[in-house]
Amino acid sequence: MSHYSALSILRHGLSGNKHWSRAWRDPAPKPSYDVIVVGGGGHGLATAYYLAKEHGIRNVAVLEKGYLGGGNTGRNTTIVRSNYMMPGNTMFYERSMQLWENLSQDLNYNVMISQRGQYNLCHSPAQMDAARRRGNIMRANGIDAELFDRAEVMRRIPYLDYSPNARFPIHGAIFQSRAGTARHDAVAWGFARGADKHGVDLIQQCEVTDYIWDKGKIVGVETTQGPIRAKKVALAVAGHTGHLAKKAGLRLPIETHVLQAFVTEPLKPLVDSVISFGAAHFYISQSDKGGLVLGGDLDGFNSYAQRGGLPIIEYTLHSAKALMPSLSRLRLLRHWAGVMDMSMDGSPIIAKMPVEGLWLNGGWCYGGFKATPASGYCFAWTIAKGEPHPDNAEFTLERFERGYQIDEKGVGPQPNAH
Amino acid sequence: MLRIHCPVCGWRDETEFTYGADATVRRPDVNNVDPKVWLDYVFMRDNPRGPHKEYWHHVTGCRQWVVVERDTLTHEISGSYLAREVVG
Repeated sequence: MSHYSALSILRHGLSGNKHWSRAWRDPAPKPSYDVIVVGGGGHGLATAYYLAKEHGIRNVAVLEKGYLGGGNTGRNTTIVRSNYMMPGNTMFYERSMQLWENLSQDLNYNVMISQRGQYNLCHSPAQMDAARRRGNIMRANGIDAELFDRAEVMRRIPYLDYSPNARFPIHGAIFQSRAGTARHDAVAWGFARGADKHGVDLIQQCEVTDYIWDKGKIVGVETTQGPIRAKKVALAVAGHTGHLAKKAGLRLPIETHVLQAFVTEPLKPLVDSVISFGAAHFYISQSDKGGLVLGGDLDGFNSYAQRGGLPIIEYTLHSAKALMPSLSRLRLLRHWAGVMDMSMDGSPIIAKMPVEGLWLNGGWCYGGFKATPASGYCFAWTIAKGEPHPDNAEFTLERFERGYQIDEKGVGPQPNAH
Repeated sequence: MLRIHCPVCGWRDETEFTYGADATVRRPDVNNVDPKVWLDYVFMRDNPRGPHKEYWHHVTGCRQWVVVERDTLTHEISGSYLAREVVG
């Protein structure tokens, strides 16, 4: 596994780029491991990477039923931010932001982190008050946040609809300048390469079909490539969390819902930040290839189908046009959907399960991508030490029965509303 | 676009309806004071990958609550009936 550098690009360029070694091995599964991570998305790969790097646990396998990063890691709108205000969330997402800022160097892999800033628009005085409160909480925790009035937002992003006819007048915005985007596939590939370099086995086309039990304890998994035993089994399977938890006899506060995202045809540079609409659920940024990346709301009903329906396409494009009328004649290039593990309070679970031998990382709703590094870091910590890191200490399963839900949006136990 | 059969109005577009929740979840007896029972009712879900019974409110139609049997993997709808018919 070679180290990537400007020199290596030059050297391989001079030899016709014929001698690049593959980025990670393709091993056959061993009969047993110390830890099996189920799910080869960003979270699973990051978990394996930090298990090996931070805790020296290298006898690890990541089992992926499809291909690495083929689930929600490759299906999101690539936004990273840390503008959370509920205790339990705030510092977790800030840890993630700090890991993002140094991730390319740490992995020796360019994840193309672009801290272009994110605006959350406010469309009423009440929303401005709420934004001010959020910003104050962020700043009290050492996280950057700025509140802009309408004039400043007009100066910075002049192409929004500020006309008297605007359906939702823009009163201002809360801005996080360290927020931005990252290249989603590169995040999966970077963590995969890093984990592999530390000796982790990445096993693709290997679906977990059941668990291996010994005296009420999980001691491995049955897979499409045969049984594999492990001291610890860790789930990081996003939308399929409920499905695999059920096989372990667990009922979870999670429903699986489908979320769509969209890319338009490429344009010259237009949107140089991430903009979130405050009047409807809508966010927009521009990829390095020029396509505008749009995201909206859930389809709203339980679904494991990785495809969405037309009503949400209409809703998202209505929002786009209400915010930026100049987009009205733009054509969509692609759209796709991913299945989200929507938790009952909108916050994740990173914890040891009541079933012996099983750890769970799930309930990411549609905020999982930005959490990838901290999720892996904290999950690895929890698995290695048997107790949570301070940053994920609140993400327990027990919080629901103890009344400590972390409901950032304040909508109650209604998964399709988070 | 899902096409949902409303027992009152016939086949209608999904956009006439609002999604409710898992229709297999039943409110416990109000005198039940076991917190585990209420934890189950408020928070815990089977979340099946496959056949699912769910409430839809025909909010811009006849305003009846309908129980729809739908597959969460294929979105295929196999049946629907008025929610009030199954209560009691």
